Amino acid sequence: MTTASTDGARSHARSQASEASMRVPPLPDGVDGTRLVWAEAVPAESYASRVLGRGTRLRLSDPDGGACAHLLLFRADASWERLNVADTMKVPWQAYLGVGHPLLSDQGRLLATVVADSSGHHDLLCGLPPAGQPTMLLAAIKHGMDVRDVAPSATLFKGVRVEDSGALTFTGSAGPGAAVDLLIHLPVVVAVVNTAHPLDPQPAVTDLDIVAWRADEELTTPVNTDPEYLRALFNTESTWAAAQ
Amino acid sequence: MILDEIVAARAPWSTILRAGQSLQIIDLKGNQAVDTLFYAVTGDTVDPAGRYSAQATIAAQRNIFLTTGSVLRAADGRPLVTIVADEVGNHDTIAGACSKESNTLRYGHHTVHQHACAENFLAEAAKWGMGKRDIVSNVNFFMNVPVEADGTLGIVDGLSAPGKSLTVRADTDTLVLVSNCPQINNPCNGFDPTPVRMVITAP
Repeated sequence: MTTASTDGARSHARSQASEASMRVPPLPDGVDGTRLVWAEAVPAESYASRVLGRGTRLRLSDPDGGACAHLLLFRADASWERLNVADTMKVPWQAYLGVGHPLLSDQGRLLATVVADSSGHHDLLCGLPPAGQPTMLLAAIKHGMDVRDVAPSATLFKGVRVEDSGALTFTGSAGPGAAVDLLIHLPVVVAVVNTAHPLDPQPAVTDLDIVAWRADEELTTPVNTDPEYLRALFNTESTWAAAQ
Repeated sequence: MILDEIVAARAPWSTILRAGQSLQIIDLKGNQAVDTLFYAVTGDTVDPAGRYSAQATIAAQRNIFLTTGSVLRAADGRPLVTIVADEVGNHDTIAGACSKESNTLRYGHHTVHQHACAENFLAEAAKWGMGKRDIVSNVNFFMNVPVEADGTLGIVDGLSAPGKSLTVRADTDTLVLVSNCPQINNPCNGFDPTPVRMVITAP
C-alpha cells in the first residue's frame, strides 16, 4: 500500500486498527456491562489518566505479576487538593495499605477508600523512582497541572516493610492475578504510571490492568468505622452536599 | 557565624542556606517538632522541581529515619542538604505536617481553629512566591514516629531533650522553610510548643 499520496496514506492509516490486536481487560464477574466506564491495559513504562466521578469503583490489577502502579489522585474540580500520603498513613495510624484504608486529601477528605485487596503488597514510603517522574509529569500536564503537582504517590503491587531500625525490606509482588479496588468519593483525576519500584533489585514490569464502573450505591455503606475515618467521611459528604 | 535567630513558639521561619553553609537547629526546651521543607534555589528564585521529596530521600537511603549521614533529596534524586551532626538519633519524614483539616480527623472538629503547621508553611511559602501546590511531605526534626511490625505508626514521646541539636549542611543553594510546630494535641511538642534557635555558619 503506497503512502506517497494523501489517499494512499489515509487508506494505510485506516487499515491499521482492523489488522491490529489489543488486549482490553475483561469486565469483572458480576458487573453489569452498562456500568463500565473505563477498561485499559497499561504496558510497562507507560501511564494512564482519567477523570472519575464520585461513586466510581476503580479496579487496578496485576494480571502477570510484574505491574507496579504509582498512583496520584487530585480533586477534579480543585486540583490543588490532592492525595496526601503522610495523612494517609498518620490519620489511620497505619503505614500499610489494606481494605478500609482511606486515601486522604490534604484537606481532611476522602478521595478514595481501598474496598478490596488481594495483593497486600503496597507502599506509601518510597514513591516513584527518579526515572518515572517525567512520565507522571506528562499525566499531570495533560490535566492542566505541572511539576508542582507531582506530589508523593502511592504504589500498588510492590511492597516494603519497615524494620525496628527504620530500615526498609522490599517484599516484591504478591504474584499474578492480584487486584485492588478503590471506591472514589469525590470527582478525581486519577494518574497512574506503571514503572519499577525504586527498591526492586530486578524490575521486570508487566501490564497493569484498569477497569472502572459505576457503583454509586456503595457510597452509602462505610467500610471502616474508625472515628478518624467517619470524620473524614463527614467532611467529604458535607463538602459534596454543600457544592450541589 | 552568619545568622543566629530564635524562632518563636508556633511561628514560621525561612532563609536561604547557600551551598556549603551549615544550619544548626537547637531544640532549646526539648521535644519541639521543627517541621521543615527544602527547595533548591537559583539566586533567590525557587526551582519548583527542586523541592524536598520525603519518598526519594527514604528510597535512596532505604530507611525511614533521618540522622547523621542522611542526604535529603529532591524527587529527581539531587541532594539538597546533608545531616552532618545529630544529638538525638532519629527524625521523622513520613508523618507530614499537622493541618487544621487533618486535626478534625485526628482529634475532632473542635480543633479546627487551632493553629497548625500547614498554615505556617502556606504563609511563609507565599513570601517566596509559592502556593499550596508547592507544599509536600516534610521533615519533622525532633519528632519520633515509629512503625511497628503490623504497620501501626504514631507520634510518640520524643527522644530529644533541652539543648539538643541537629545540623544540616547545604549541598546546593537551598531555601529552608520552617514551621515551629504549634500542635497541642499529641506529644510531638510535649503538649507545650516552645522556641527553637537557628544558627547558620559558613564553611
